[in-house]
Amino acid sequence: MSTADIVQRRPHRVRPARALLHAFLALVAVGWLIPLLLAVYASIRPYQETSERGYLSWPKHLTFHYYLQAWRDADLPHYYLNTLIIAVPAVLVTLFLASFVAFAISRFQLPGSKFLLVMFTAGNLLPPQAMLIPLYTIYLKIPLPEFLSASQTLYDSYLGVILIHVAFQTGFCVFVLRNYMQTVPKELTEAAIMDGAGVWRQYWGVILPLCRPALGALATLEFTWIYNDFLWALVLISTGDKMPITTAINNLQGQYFTDYNLIAAGSVLVALPTILVFLLLQKQFVAGLTLGSTKG
Amino acid sequence: MALFSDRATRPDETTDHPGAPVRRRARRRRFTPRDVAVFALLLGIPIVLDVVLIWGPTAASAVLSFSRWDGVSDLVWNHGDNYRQIVQDYPPFWPAVWHNVIWLVFLGLVATPLGLFLAVLLDKGIRGTRFYQSAIYMPVVLSLAIVGFIAKLVYSRDYGALNGVLGLTQHPVDWLGDPSKNLWAVLVLVAWRHIGYVMILYLAGLKAVDPELKEAASIDGANEVQTFFRVTFPTLRPINIIVLVITVIEALRAFDLVFIINKGRNGLELLSVLVSANIVGEASRIGFGSALAVILTVISLGFVVTYLVQVFREEKR
Repeated sequence: MSTADIVQRRPHRVRPARALLHAFLALVAVGWLIPLLLAVYASIRPYQETSERGYLSWPKHLTFHYYLQAWRDADLPHYYLNTLIIAVPAVLVTLFLASFVAFAISRFQLPGSKFLLVMFTAGNLLPPQAMLIPLYTIYLKIPLPEFLSASQTLYDSYLGVILIHVAFQTGFCVFVLRNYMQTVPKELTEAAIMDGAGVWRQYWGVILPLCRPALGALATLEFTWIYNDFLWALVLISTGDKMPITTAINNLQGQYFTDYNLIAAGSVLVALPTILVFLLLQKQFVAGLTLGSTKG
Repeated sequence: MALFSDRATRPDETTDHPGAPVRRRARRRRFTPRDVAVFALLLGIPIVLDVVLIWGPTAASAVLSFSRWDGVSDLVWNHGDNYRQIVQDYPPFWPAVWHNVIWLVFLGLVATPLGLFLAVLLDKGIRGTRFYQSAIYMPVVLSLAIVGFIAKLVYSRDYGALNGVLGLTQHPVDWLGDPSKNLWAVLVLVAWRHIGYVMILYLAGLKAVDPELKEAASIDGANEVQTFFRVTFPTLRPINIIVLVITVIEALRAFDLVFIINKGRNGLELLSVLVSANIVGEASRIGFGSALAVILTVISLGFVVTYLVQVFREEKR
């Protein structure tokens, strides 16, 4: 069979298949969105109605009341702020430290650099439950000045949660960034060395700007992970007021009475930032995962 | 795919070029005191954090696992009693192990291949790909706490949408309360997220596959399925490894979702939940919980080590 044959035959064979493909993917996509849409739908219906007729029923009344209630009564803005106080420094510090470690490991033959790589990567894969109690004990013993933590210890402070995120996530970022940096030609830093650039200038001035796509993809991923963290804040923070939003949303659950419609509204509001971040940065995100690669 | 590429530019490769002596001298140049200070500070901080907050506490848990301690009264060493007790007479242990295994097998054999399949379909680049891709990835950005609430909307016995769709209003099924069904109900939601995650990783990997390879195969008369399994799939190896590790880790670390749904009881026991139930629960059996944590860690490390050995072996080639 010659090449020309195939090229000519392709379009004819593919048409119905393509329609089928569209139908299938559209079905999957809608199926994927249904649970989310169900949450949105539940959040705009009164509790009386859904408790009588179930979540799968035609609406009689629609209301944005629950959004108002979640926003105001549950004081969501306050918890958004808590999350930002934790997530923004955690992501920035993680990327800063991890990129330097990756730079040092991939650019210099320092003694023990392979050991470092294993230590960081494996550390990221340990189950968090295995460190809960000792970590809790250490946190209670480390004193902090009062302006950093009202409890005067690392326990129940934002700094404590930020530090554990940094420690945990650095492993993953080191692994990813080291692989990325190895695709950056050696000649680039060598030219800088000839110009008399020190370690810091090679890192900050040469390598880091080249890693921008990878850093962007990682920042998106890390922000989502830290934003969504539930466990660390639950264990390391005791003051309800200091909880980040993902953990605080749990408080919308009453002790005796649970209004799922209110929680649904709260959940939609909590999910919104991560969904927006993804939709806005989607192109850079997927590109960052692929960019700079040749093949495989 | 660059992020996960194993291909290293080995330092010795460059020295064969003309001009190598200059470069070699440049590389071997002694570091200035300022360089040393930069290294010490910026390698020191992450190392200290990793050792003090990650490895130290994990090791401490291993030590505590040989004791009986409630966190308040005196610590009593009891040798391997905790482990003996876990294996012999701690009823939730074996169900939890079993559930973790089911979780792993289900993610590995059902969800991961589905994610790959969707990635292959999306890689064809038909119109609307961005929409399909976003919709399928969407659940991944949600916190598991929120997925837990969605679970209640879908599965609730009295008001849940699923019973409504299935018309089970007369004899409603308690999807989350019935221990013979709830694990599967939860796994469907877990797959809902996992498939999106796997899909985006493979999609990124597929974009990086050289199109000429595929063309060459189809010119040789290979059909699409053959081309995929013989040409495309082998080049995805680095991503396969990543996906495998993510799958294993997700299965072993699974915690938030069952914790939100029912604190991991009644058919939803998992190792991670048993650990936290013992050490932060009212019982506060820290030694015992630590022993469970050590078991979980050893299982995870088994996979982690296998994985790292793989990665390094590949790089050596």
